[in-house]
Amino acid sequence: MSATTIPGPRKDPAAAARLGARRRRADLLLRGFGFAATLLGLVFLVSILATLFWLGLGALNLTVFTKVTAPPGSEGGLLNAIVGSLVQVGIGTAVGTPIGMLVGTYLAEYARGSALGNAVRFVSDILLSAPSILIGLFVYQIMVVPFGGFSGWAGSVALAIIVIPIVVRTTEDMLSLVPNTLREAVIGLGAPKWKMVTLVCWRAAMSGIITGILLALARVAGETAPLLFTSLGNNGWNIDLARPYPSLPLAIYAYAGSPYEDWIALAWTGALIITLGVLGLNILARSVFRQK
Amino acid sequence: MSQAMAAMPTAAAPPRRRASETGDRIFEMLCRGAGILVLLLLGAIIAGLFIGGWDAFRTFGLGFVTSTEWDPVQEVFGAGVSVYGTLLTAVLAIILAVPMAFGVAFFLTELAPAWLRRPVGTAVELLAAIPSIIFGMWGFFVIVPIMAQYVQPAVIDTAGELPLVGLLFQGPPFGTGLFTAALILAIMILPFIAATMRDVFEQVPPVYKESAYGLGATTWEVMRGVVIPHTRISVVGGIMLGLGRALGETMAVTFVIGNANRITPSLFAPGNTIASLVALEFGESELGSLKLSALLALGFILFVISFVVLALSRWLLRSRLRA
Repeated sequence: MSATTIPGPRKDPAAAARLGARRRRADLLLRGFGFAATLLGLVFLVSILATLFWLGLGALNLTVFTKVTAPPGSEGGLLNAIVGSLVQVGIGTAVGTPIGMLVGTYLAEYARGSALGNAVRFVSDILLSAPSILIGLFVYQIMVVPFGGFSGWAGSVALAIIVIPIVVRTTEDMLSLVPNTLREAVIGLGAPKWKMVTLVCWRAAMSGIITGILLALARVAGETAPLLFTSLGNNGWNIDLARPYPSLPLAIYAYAGSPYEDWIALAWTGALIITLGVLGLNILARSVFRQK
Repeated sequence: MSQAMAAMPTAAAPPRRRASETGDRIFEMLCRGAGILVLLLLGAIIAGLFIGGWDAFRTFGLGFVTSTEWDPVQEVFGAGVSVYGTLLTAVLAIILAVPMAFGVAFFLTELAPAWLRRPVGTAVELLAAIPSIIFGMWGFFVIVPIMAQYVQPAVIDTAGELPLVGLLFQGPPFGTGLFTAALILAIMILPFIAATMRDVFEQVPPVYKESAYGLGATTWEVMRGVVIPHTRISVVGGIMLGLGRALGETMAVTFVIGNANRITPSLFAPGNTIASLVALEFGESELGSLKLSALLALGFILFVISFVVLALSRWLLRSRLRA
């Protein structure tokens, strides 16, 4: 084996074997890395869930759902926070969904390729990933300052603004999967375009749109930052939306940062409830979509 | 046009068509109006934050962005420390998350047997669904003690002794701090980047990969020589998307960053980010005060940074979006 020969399969079997071994080693190394990275990602997920069950199941009993939040030491629950979350998430989704569906419809059915459509699509995608804390600051300025105080309405509006771009994205994606022959058939029967959209396209895309709504619900159910500046939280029973409004994420935030053992335990229970709810909605959304 | 039609002396058909035209026009106006509403919404958010922060911008000038002072008593405010913390944690999170996300996408597209792809992919996506505040609590009660007891003392005793590099790893092992925040952020954005990478890797035409395999390439060589060059731009777009998310993350960071308003070279030192500073200080600022204005000005700066990053990400991902 002299230095002048070029290493290659036929000329030098030893060099070829070495090269092959090195390539196989690199391949094995990177395969191992891919496997390890995936395993690590799953370990994080399992660790979070295990921590939630470990620390959250202890304080999980009926009083969590039947009593309102109370001072440390006295038996308190999370009833007002859970109800407050449900109300605000419900209103936010109910307001945001129709707007989001109309925008998605505009993008898919009316504005393909138009400049205004592209601008709306761009802005909606920016809103989809924009920091939610900024939406809280914005709603603080347009609703809390002018109307003289933190309120459940402001919290609901902040959540609605977060819902809109999620529903826009799924509505447009799902409508663009509806085959054009279907549209042509409806128009060919003499139906006006709005009937084509509402009675045929929406119906054809329904399971996808419902998936989007469920994902939006799951996303806003856990949102904390935008509520800090809008509904503020409330330690008492309150269903008057014009006043500071309780919610589960805010109660968790307040309790987890407190020095009291029983409050921290209750925060973990709240965290367990909210995570199970959010993951449940996600899995439900997936199964709705897969059924189609 | 409708007037001209109405004037035409034909029988039953024109009125019906006119009715449907009215319905069409109303529906299209509704849809377009909703679209314009979204445009106005973004404009209003930018304008609202800028107007709210105007007092601070006027008082401190452009120096507001770089000044490292934050003294509510003297009413002197600067964004320097939180801008530094925001950029440092987000970039560090990207450095930690990208190799892992690549590993996950590599596993899901090339290595995993078909029956394993869907459950593992779903599990990774569920990680993305967990609310930010849960990451914060988990980080504070699980990761911070591990960092304080094992990781940080070990690193400080070894890497901390090195010249120059050691400056990055000095100080007491609090457990909280910039590095811990970046680690939690990395775990949070991992599923977003991994999902984007998986989607674009799957779009590589199988013929390309098959021809490389036919030449005797190993799985890793196909990845490095065919898949990555083919998807490079979209991969960078996905990374920018993750960066955009990391910049504005609030609750998780607030729990673990330690919340201190100073810049030190050490990555283990406590710091803050724009989002965590706003979340913490907001409750203590009165309506109309200069401090509130400074917080809104911080929000404006954060919006500008994330807007640029997200717009860049969208531009890089445009080929994928069109497909």
